[in-house]
Amino acid sequence: MNRVNDFAFKIGTVNGTGSASANGLLMRSIFRMGIPVTGKNIFPSNIQGLPTWYEIRVSKDGYAARPSDIDLVVAMNPATYAEDVATVRAGGYLLYDSSWPMPKELLREGITILGIPFGRMCVESFEGDRERTLLRNIAYAGALTALLGIDMAVVETLLEETYGKKPKLLAANHTAIRLGHDYAREHLPCPLPFHLEPMNATSDSILMDGNTACALGAIYAGATVGAWYPITPATSLMEAFGAFCEKYRVDKETGERRFAILQAEDELAAAGIVIGAGWAGARAFTNTSGPGISLMQEFIGLAYYTDIPAVFFDIQRCGPATGMPTRTQQADILSLAYASHGDTKHPILFPANPGEAFELAVAAFDLADRLQTPIFVATDLDIGMNDWMVKRLSWNDAYRPDRGKVLDADALDRIKKFSRYDDVDGDGIAARTLPGVGGKGAYFVRGSGHDKHAGYTENSAAYKEVVDRLLRKFAHAATIVPKPVFTLQDDAEIGLITIGGCDAAVREAADRLRKHDLAVDVMRIRAFPFGEEVREFIESHERVFVIEQNRDGQLRSLLAIELGVPRDEMIPILDYGGMPLTAKVVVDAVSSHLAGVPA
Amino acid sequence: MTSIAKPPVRHPSLRTNALGLTIRDYEGGMSTLCAGCGHDSVTAALVQAAWELALPPHRAAKMSGIGCSSKTTAYFMKQSHGFNSVHGRMPSVTTGAAAANRELTYIGISGDGDSLSIGLGQMAHAIRRNVNMLYVIDNNGVYGLTKGQFSASADIGSKSKRGEPNEQPPIDPVLMALAIGATFVARSFSGDKKQLVPILKAGLSHHGLALIDVISPCVTFNDHDGSTKSYRYTREHDLEVVQADYVPIVAEITLPDSESEVRTVQMHDGSAIRLRTTAPDYDPTDRASAVAHIRACQVRGEIATGLLFVDGESHDMHDRLKTPESALVDLPFSQLCPGAKALDSLMNRYR
Ligand SMILES: Cc1ncc(C[n+]2csc(CCOP(=O)(O)OP(=O)(O)O)c2C)c(N)n1
Ligand code: SF4
Ligand SMILES: [Mg+2]
Repeated sequence: MNRVNDFAFKIGTVNGTGSASANGLLMRSIFRMGIPVTGKNIFPSNIQGLPTWYEIRVSKDGYAARPSDIDLVVAMNPATYAEDVATVRAGGYLLYDSSWPMPKELLREGITILGIPFGRMCVESFEGDRERTLLRNIAYAGALTALLGIDMAVVETLLEETYGKKPKLLAANHTAIRLGHDYAREHLPCPLPFHLEPMNATSDSILMDGNTACALGAIYAGATVGAWYPITPATSLMEAFGAFCEKYRVDKETGERRFAILQAEDELAAAGIVIGAGWAGARAFTNTSGPGISLMQEFIGLAYYTDIPAVFFDIQRCGPATGMPTRTQQADILSLAYASHGDTKHPILFPANPGEAFELAVAAFDLADRLQTPIFVATDLDIGMNDWMVKRLSWNDAYRPDRGKVLDADALDRIKKFSRYDDVDGDGIAARTLPGVGGKGAYFVRGSGHDKHAGYTENSAAYKEVVDRLLRKFAHAATIVPKPVFTLQDDAEIGLITIGGCDAAVREAADRLRKHDLAVDVMRIRAFPFGEEVREFIESHERVFVIEQNRDGQLRSLLAIELGVPRDEMIPILDYGGMPLTAKVVVDAVSSHLAGVPA
Repeated sequence: MTSIAKPPVRHPSLRTNALGLTIRDYEGGMSTLCAGCGHDSVTAALVQAAWELALPPHRAAKMSGIGCSSKTTAYFMKQSHGFNSVHGRMPSVTTGAAAANRELTYIGISGDGDSLSIGLGQMAHAIRRNVNMLYVIDNNGVYGLTKGQFSASADIGSKSKRGEPNEQPPIDPVLMALAIGATFVARSFSGDKKQLVPILKAGLSHHGLALIDVISPCVTFNDHDGSTKSYRYTREHDLEVVQADYVPIVAEITLPDSESEVRTVQMHDGSAIRLRTTAPDYDPTDRASAVAHIRACQVRGEIATGLLFVDGESHDMHDRLKTPESALVDLPFSQLCPGAKALDSLMNRYR
């Protein structure tokens, strides 16, 4: 049976050998052919020499989740042959480098093994170890053009765009592509039963990772101060911010730079810098991952208790401790929601993909200024570092930053007395002043007990007045943070609740379940605190599943704590091994649960 | 502890500075520290220095961590914004504020616990960044606010109130700062206002981080015999090795012939400081010379004080960041957001 534009393949290589460019080339070629595609980079926490994989899913229907089945594995790393052979679905294919024989004991019934002597061909055609290694990767890309029907003209255009300025490299890449392509054409059954045919489904889309999107959001929201300490998978966010600043924020004539990026000594300092800058009136942010969030706890509480805007991007990875730094998870939900000691709660935004990450990054800066509090944008390694196909990002020039309630000198002149924490409007948000304003605007920020005038206090009533106001502010936050996204079917009695990057897999699962005559509604949470509609969704469904990527069902717990809905009536579907979620996991969990429940 | 409110009388004869402000305009809330605490004298010296410099109070920001010393930001310049942050983290908060608004004068007050124990890393990195700020350590050798435990500046052999000697070597903020590239390093004594005020003025005028280690005795927990941070011990061992005069911008700098050993350092804002050393071979504009001299004093059991080192060519954090002269917070949004067209053309890169 021929399957067109609906399959997945996986490439196993050794990290540090330059396979990223070959895999990127494949992804982009398919994308340029107008076919929806996603890539998942499964890489080790290591610089060179360990196994690494890249999964590419082609889906004419636009499903962006990690593939449930792998039709073809390109096994370029003998160290993982056994694993790679086992990965191929029944009836699938394995392509390996036949310069060296594949050990017999690894062969498996029911899959087709294809060999191409990539190594030998590259030794014959190229000079030098490094070049041979790099071009061996391009050669497998070439073989895949033939096996999968990738348009050679598209590949050549991309090579031209990439290496146009380096003619020698361009020629070598060109040769390598041809080597793989021609060999496959001559010796192998091309194309394979699953292959590509041009479509027109990507013209208004881009391929972008979430860290780039968040960085762009920070640029467009007008952030000027970024402070950070390097950590996977958050690092590339600040690197992208820096690159965009170089492009958009450097005065061509004077060389003046309209931004400050500070690589701090640790995450504590990064948080302190962001809070200092936010207090002084800048839009400031930091990017980090779980371990960094742990270090920032004390400062987060300070900003909460003193009403200082700050934006924290948490690109979640597998914890606890150092955990698996290059694997994905959603296990910081609770530690973000209640970060720091004492009574604290914080708004969190949960984008589902890089496109939404851009929007919510901008929203985070507005919310931080409006609510004068730390705002977390929680993505994860899968969203942050993988290339997703999303709609082209767009911008409305009518946008103006919402700087919230800030009294300037004129506004101060018009009022009798300035009390920093006086809730004049009843929404829990008191107007602030920025240092330097003068007049009666001066006030003293203190993390110690303070009354509504910002004066020191140890008086119970005065203390409670302030922390109760913070609670009112949090209730107000629930009315202005982004609402959930609902995907509803007629008369569904089953509700699936999910969050962040699980979205793609859960919606795909919903479609599959429907094909099996099971109607399900999906509610994807986009923010904490939860609005009333979240409770209504839970209460209006007979059975509710909560699908998330952590061991302890953190979202489920948070729903129970904050909404008072019975926790154990919500059925957890937990996937926390570090890989992006697949639709299969969801379908299987829902089906087996329903099968096991007496009607 | 005292919290008796002072009557707000304005003495008619109080002199005014160039802004028409009296010294009272530089005062803050009533101190709640122990009577006789060295920190209150540092506060008084700061009030004096800021008044003499005619610093516009609303253009200053007072920054601190946690401790008796850090509380003092509430006791001066009540017309300035203040930020009493968390223990040991004043440097990072100040770094962020200074990054956002370079036009304000940042006055950081810390303690030896705040800066040399919990906050040692942050202090060191603020020095490395050369954040444009005054950085005062009220150094009393103990954690005052938590009732007298030794801090990292306690000398070997210095005795606690209960008589136990400290056995761990001290961290000297002055030598450490010099080792990691500080551009302005001074030491003084809270009991020597005559020395401290000009140093504070010079520090406030410095373009970069001005570190001033002020021995500031804790009368309640570390002022007994056997302590090396007591008033008596400090008076007996204090050796002023560099005398500094602050010369305001308006004054013409002329050196009398007889004072050929005086070195004049031109400050970034047009003011100058004149430095007179006690030893002819000690050049306080030379880092190695300063380190050698301070070490030599230490070996002799003397506490070298004065403006020990200054780099007139200091480049601060903003010089390195190449940010505009005006504050980042004042940049209009139109200069920050690239707009719809730019985004649309950028999108082609991601295809
Ligand atoms: C994270 C944290 N740990 C401990 C404390 C308790 N604490 C408050 S002040 C202080 C020491 C202050 O010593 P120092 O900076 O020398 O100030 P001093 O009171 O001596 O002026 C400590 C340990 C705290 N506030 N925060
Ligand atoms: S305990 Fe010591 S440092 Fe604190 S106020 Fe009293 S004398 Fe000053
Ligand atoms: Mg102390």
